[in-house]
Amino acid sequence: MKHFLEGSIAVAEAVKLCRPGVISAYPITPQTHIVEKLADFVANGELNTEFLNVESEHSAASVVLGSLAAGVRSYTASSSQGLLLMSEVLYNIAGLRLPLVITCANRAISAPLSIWNDQQDSEALRDAGLIQLYVESIQEAVDYHLYAFRLAEDPRVLLPVMVCMDGFVLTHAYEAVDIPQQENVDAFLPEFKLQEKLDTKEPISMGVVADARFYMETRYAIQETMREAQIIMKEMKHEFEKVFEREIYVFFEPYCLEDAEKVIISRGSVAGTVKDVVDEMRKEGKKVGALKLISYRPFPAEKLYEALKGVPEVAVLDRAISLGGFGPMYTEFKALFQGKEKSPKVSGFIGGLGQRDITKDNIREIYEKLEGNEVSCHFLNLNQEYLMQARRYT
Amino acid sequence: MFVKIISKPGTTREYETGSWRMGLKPKFLKENCIGCDLCALLCPEGVITGGEKNTYQTDYSYCKGCGICAEECPEKDVLMVKEEEEV
Repeated sequence: MKHFLEGSIAVAEAVKLCRPGVISAYPITPQTHIVEKLADFVANGELNTEFLNVESEHSAASVVLGSLAAGVRSYTASSSQGLLLMSEVLYNIAGLRLPLVITCANRAISAPLSIWNDQQDSEALRDAGLIQLYVESIQEAVDYHLYAFRLAEDPRVLLPVMVCMDGFVLTHAYEAVDIPQQENVDAFLPEFKLQEKLDTKEPISMGVVADARFYMETRYAIQETMREAQIIMKEMKHEFEKVFEREIYVFFEPYCLEDAEKVIISRGSVAGTVKDVVDEMRKEGKKVGALKLISYRPFPAEKLYEALKGVPEVAVLDRAISLGGFGPMYTEFKALFQGKEKSPKVSGFIGGLGQRDITKDNIREIYEKLEGNEVSCHFLNLNQEYLMQARRYT
Repeated sequence: MFVKIISKPGTTREYETGSWRMGLKPKFLKENCIGCDLCALLCPEGVITGGEKNTYQTDYSYCKGCGICAEECPEKDVLMVKEEEEV
């Protein structure tokens, strides 16, 4: 049934349907509404969950680490500085192979302080061993949360899944969303059972030391699982579609790719704007296309190569930057085509940091720029007046 | 893919850390001991046991020879002595 809901509330509804046994979170803009609503559900008796209030994000992540280790389905959410404070524990959760589902309400990182949206925070957790899924709309946010619990808890996967949704643009926007029926969610999501869990009757030691003889294999196992997860993700996509009767993409969404000569790759809510521009330019007879990346980790390199190998010009639009390097997604796509038989020209663009608008004109500018020389790190829509006051060495 | 990352609890006991001592070990003289329990409380390995006056002893299989017991004993009734010495 369709409901007109704020993004955060829709996510809270989705999490409620998954019946987590433990939720622990610390409020931070723009994540707050999600956990506030979940706390409401618990207080009103609509959700039978232990909601633990804590003094920091580090503690929130530590609580869910513990509850997951005891074999209880658990959930948390954060943004920006909060996510960075959690990061030490999130690496542990992945290393311990605990299937946390966490929402990242994407927000810029201080300093300077910005509560607004970009994707630098989740990008900072890229290497933690989390599966990362980026959503474009509120409906996708609902769907991928349901999907995330199933994926994380699959005994062949057992890795944390982070659902990344753009702060404000999605968390605070309203959309008509289909919130599934409880019985469908129950049919899709089996009961969570952890084979090796903390149990006073049969004690085990978790988080033990692994010296140089063993450590590397634990990392290799996660790397292999990320590859295996791609097979499982595809299989789960079909089951999701069967139960909820709607199609989802799980790796990436191609848009007018077949005969496209220029393609923009983006991630999250901005993909909607890109697709609008594609529609407009197609009407003008221009052969443009788009690709929205959903699964950033695992990075579906082979599938992306197959989808993009015939395209002459590709632009990667990053809403994050590896300072001193390039856009992080750009680097991935550059690496993907390295040494391959067919390789498009790949250009990198940085935009929308701290929620600077990415307008339709900016998107057109990217398509037009692709005709010129390859660029690696072109900033879109800079405030030239502000830059006039800058002091620089060269 | 999974590799084993959990183990049986209490396996640390299998490592006899007494071999880590760097030439000195504590000797409990059992002469002026007042039974204050400080040595047992402060032992980082928790291997000093005792209760009454002049009953305290350490487990040399695990004692790392840090010397805190000797340093903190108010009656100087614990001495750090050479490893070879009889205790």
